[in-house]
Amino acid sequence: MNKVTGPKYGNAKQAEEWKLRLFVTDWAPRCIVAYRNLTRICQENIENRCNIEVVDILERPEAAREQQIVAVPTLLKLSPEPRRVLVGDFSNTERVLKGLDVGRWTKG
Amino acid sequence: MARKSKSEAVLPVLQKVPTSIRGLDEITGGGLPKGRPTLFYGSAGSGKTLMSIEFLVRGATEFNEPGVFMSFEETEKELTTNVGSLGFNLKSLIDSRKLLIDHVAIERSEIEETGEYDLEGLFVRLNSAIDSIKAKRVVLDTIEVLYAGLSNTGIIRAELRRLFTWLKTKGVTTIVTGERGGETMLTRHGLEEYVSDCVIFLDNRITQELSTRRLRIVKYRGSAHSTNEFPFLIDEMGLSVLPVTMVKLDYPVSEGRVPSGIPRLDSMLDGRGYIEGSAILVSGMVGTGKTSLAASLVDAACRRGQRCLYFAFEESEGQIVRNMRSVGIDLEPWIKKGLLRFHATRVSEQGLEKHLLIIQQECNKYQPSIVIVDALTDFITLGAVNEVRQMVLRIVDFFKMRQITALFTSMSARAELEETGVGLSSAFDTWIHMVNVQGNQERNRTMVIVKSRGMAHSNQVREFVLTDNGIELADIYVSPAGAFMGSARLAQIASDEAADVVRKEGLSARERQLVEKRRALKARIAAMEAEFEAEAKESEVVIAEERARETVLTAGQKAMGNHRGRERRVQKGKQGK
Repeated sequence: MNKVTGPKYGNAKQAEEWKLRLFVTDWAPRCIVAYRNLTRICQENIENRCNIEVVDILERPEAAREQQIVAVPTLLKLSPEPRRVLVGDFSNTERVLKGLDVGRWTKG
Repeated sequence: MARKSKSEAVLPVLQKVPTSIRGLDEITGGGLPKGRPTLFYGSAGSGKTLMSIEFLVRGATEFNEPGVFMSFEETEKELTTNVGSLGFNLKSLIDSRKLLIDHVAIERSEIEETGEYDLEGLFVRLNSAIDSIKAKRVVLDTIEVLYAGLSNTGIIRAELRRLFTWLKTKGVTTIVTGERGGETMLTRHGLEEYVSDCVIFLDNRITQELSTRRLRIVKYRGSAHSTNEFPFLIDEMGLSVLPVTMVKLDYPVSEGRVPSGIPRLDSMLDGRGYIEGSAILVSGMVGTGKTSLAASLVDAACRRGQRCLYFAFEESEGQIVRNMRSVGIDLEPWIKKGLLRFHATRVSEQGLEKHLLIIQQECNKYQPSIVIVDALTDFITLGAVNEVRQMVLRIVDFFKMRQITALFTSMSARAELEETGVGLSSAFDTWIHMVNVQGNQERNRTMVIVKSRGMAHSNQVREFVLTDNGIELADIYVSPAGAFMGSARLAQIASDEAADVVRKEGLSARERQLVEKRRALKARIAAMEAEFEAEAKESEVVIAEERARETVLTAGQKAMGNHRGRERRVQKGKQGK
């Protein structure tokens, strides 16, 4: 397990950017919903300081294998650390925020 | 012709994919259902993964059907190492695009479930894997791990159902493995709900401290199958299922004969020895000479240049060679020439099935004409009587199929015939029983042919003598005083001979007496004759004198008569006229 190289809890330094990778299967309805939910959450909570890379695993199945994608949609939080995997359509905002560690990186 | 095709159309036959796993195709009647999923379930360590990977390996190497192995537990590297011990080189198969291993790792602690999802990722991976190597066979091992990695079981269940339907439309033959479930379900998460075509149960049971793997076909939709439990083995050659009860009585029969190495025994067996390819049982208590009998068969066969395989479960190779040398049978040159091979193990080293497999493998490797199993009774310790019996039947049938003449020794605790041979006497063609008979302060070996199918055999009990020059069979000495063997036989022969001498001497004395008597008689006769002669002579003299006198008398009388006669004639003449 990699050691987390981030601010200590209570340290109010904000993260620069969230680097996210979203795995979808083409524009399946659930994926569209997921994308919309994700962008909304990012706008509302982290002021768009996020870079979302969308990967269509139908086009790049090897990416699914490399990144161990089982469920769709899956969001990988590449940075800030630690790496997290979020699955689902992001309809549960609370869980998305928890998964993205938003609270830790924005509030003191 | 048209009619035939019509009937075929009416009765479509379930197509099967051969697994090439030794024995499995036999009990499934040809393999797994083609293009459908099959469930292998069992507890941990029951051989699910190995069996499924062998299915892929055999498919790739023997049927040119590439396979995809989707592993939810082990990584590609771990799998490659694990099955390397079975002789499967996964790496070369992967390099030649005959096999693709996709390791699916789901780390629950990393995953945050934020809403609805599906398992499309799995489908995409599987699909691309199948398409990339044009796979015909797929293994999902163990898909139930999904339940541990994801919390929404409703989604998983729905997605699994979709997965199996999709696999069917994809036309791949799939093996799904699952952990054994509790009371109500076959598998822990009810995989049998989705996989309904063929379900096979694997079990690893420990009885008497020896583990036995077993396999049972729980169901096989659309196909006749065997419902029994079959033991199976995992060894360096992969898996093998042993269909114990699948014994068919249709092996070839031979008219040829195999001399036993003991001329006298051959003569008891119709004059020509054992029947080629038959099973011979030599039973008897400890120290009755069973091994010696076996060794003399081996010796004789090696002399003829036949190959022999000796399964020794009681003694080591060196021990047997040394011991047999003491009775004048030297096996060592045959071992050096490569005509004789020993396979010595303790029975307790392996389970019954493993022994059976080893015997089969050794026979395949070595191709012997004659096999010795010494001793059969050792197997009794390995399992229930019924299991042992089945296994022995299987061995016997295996040898008969191969036309191998097999001699089994069997120790019987008691001298009763029925106690010997694990109650298996019907499986054997020739049964020689050896008994030690104690009497006159010594034990003597005897043997009798209890039965020998297909030949006229001697019903005589023979004394079995181990000499420095090998085995000799001696007739039991039967005299009016009883039957004798061993030193008693020699003593009886000697005493009978002595009595004979005495009797003979008595006889000649009698004869002499008779001659003597006859001579005496003759002498007496001669004496009497002489006496008689003397008397006769005397009498003759007297008679002569008397005659002489008589002559004189008659002469006088004649003269007188003549005189008188004249007168009488005159008278007569007178009367006549």
